[in-house]
Amino acid sequence: MTGLLAQASGGIRWSWITANLDDIWEATVEHLWLTGIAMVVGFAIAMVLSVAAIRYRRLYGPITATAGVIFTIPSFALFFVLAPFTGLTVLTAEIGLVLYTLLVLVRNTVAGLDGVPEDVKEAARGMGYTRNRLFLEIELPLAIPVIIAGLRIATVTTVGLVTITALITFGGLGRFIIDGLQQNLFVPKLVVGALGPTLLALALDGLLLLLQRAITPWSRRAAAL
Amino acid sequence: MDAVVDMLRWLLEPGTWTGPRGVLARSVEHLWISLVPLVAAMAVAIPAGVLSGHYRRGQAVGALVTNVGRAVPSLALLVFGLLLSVRVLGLGFSFWPIVFALFFLALQPLFTNSYTAVREAEPALVEAARGQGLSEREVLLEVELPVASPVIMTAVRITAVQVVATAPLGALAAGGGLGRFIIDGFGQNDDGQMLGGVVLVAVFALLVEWSVTRLERRVIPRPLQGRTDASAVAAAGRAA
Repeated sequence: MTGLLAQASGGIRWSWITANLDDIWEATVEHLWLTGIAMVVGFAIAMVLSVAAIRYRRLYGPITATAGVIFTIPSFALFFVLAPFTGLTVLTAEIGLVLYTLLVLVRNTVAGLDGVPEDVKEAARGMGYTRNRLFLEIELPLAIPVIIAGLRIATVTTVGLVTITALITFGGLGRFIIDGLQQNLFVPKLVVGALGPTLLALALDGLLLLLQRAITPWSRRAAAL
Repeated sequence: MDAVVDMLRWLLEPGTWTGPRGVLARSVEHLWISLVPLVAAMAVAIPAGVLSGHYRRGQAVGALVTNVGRAVPSLALLVFGLLLSVRVLGLGFSFWPIVFALFFLALQPLFTNSYTAVREAEPALVEAARGQGLSEREVLLEVELPVASPVIMTAVRITAVQVVATAPLGALAAGGGLGRFIIDGFGQNDDGQMLGGVVLVAVFALLVEWSVTRLERRVIPRPLQGRTDASAVAAAGRAA
């Protein structure tokens, strides 16, 4: 097996990686930007949809059903479907990325807000909290662990999907995969393009977990849906 | 809307459907590159998940598989499949790279859901079965497994759809299947062919979903039917 591996890795110019750290860094930053924009926009839309779904119960079914249908469209296909209409632009990539974050974010946000115990809300109302104060100071903080659990899943998914957008636009680190494939299986590029996003996803996942522990010290266990 | 008209024109052309590069031949290829990895992953991941769920072992390994499995992008899986097939095993391009990639893709949702389904089988039921003197083996095969079967089958259905929907990536590694139309259409600036390919993949995925649903009715014990668990959907939660 080791012989096989040695043979398989023979003649690979690993030095390409050290010689191109600048490019790799640039692609990493681009990857983070594409991910970040999608997460911020997706989160904002998801919060509005979630609050609407909680105030007007009837909306919850249609909202999650629609988001669920979008989630099942293969990302690969969605980007290609959008391309003829919105062009090979960042917009095309971001529309797809944002749509994919919605299902997980809405589902977790609603579940988190629903999970706030009724007696806690009752007590707050008894103390004279208005509806908005109740939401901002009681319900939202208590829902944070579940909301962040949703953010973690959505972030990991988005980092992976950014890789796919390399097929139609910039694509961050995913670009190295496309390049590597086109350059007769240039292994160092392929490895950077494949391992980079994986490590990035795991790192962001860990960071969000740390963030959640820092801002909600009272709860050590996040209910991951 | 020109693109949509082009797509209809492409789909209605008889030449699109016949011959070795036609839709029918590509559909058969698509079925093969999806079925081989799906069945292989089921053979590995379901027993592994069921056993570790039953013996309550391997939680750490399971969590690792789940987290890392979710973090690897599907395009990266294709890269690993390619390197494994071309550089390590010498099996070349086209068929094996995407088969390996889809195998890796299918492992995580199948394992995670089988594990959770068995581990969370109603404790009172399991206790009652033990109290009646059923052996460990019988508890597993006659109580836990049937009770877990709705969730496991939901996972199989979702995974099958994911595999079929991700299989088009194989066209990037010189593979066949319906992805050819998407990649070739894109490369040749032929929006009609590209969108046609996307529609065909979607129809294929729906057919697969329908077939597995039919299968579920045979596999899941009648009293448990219709209990497909939403948590399975959540655990598989990953866009292809």
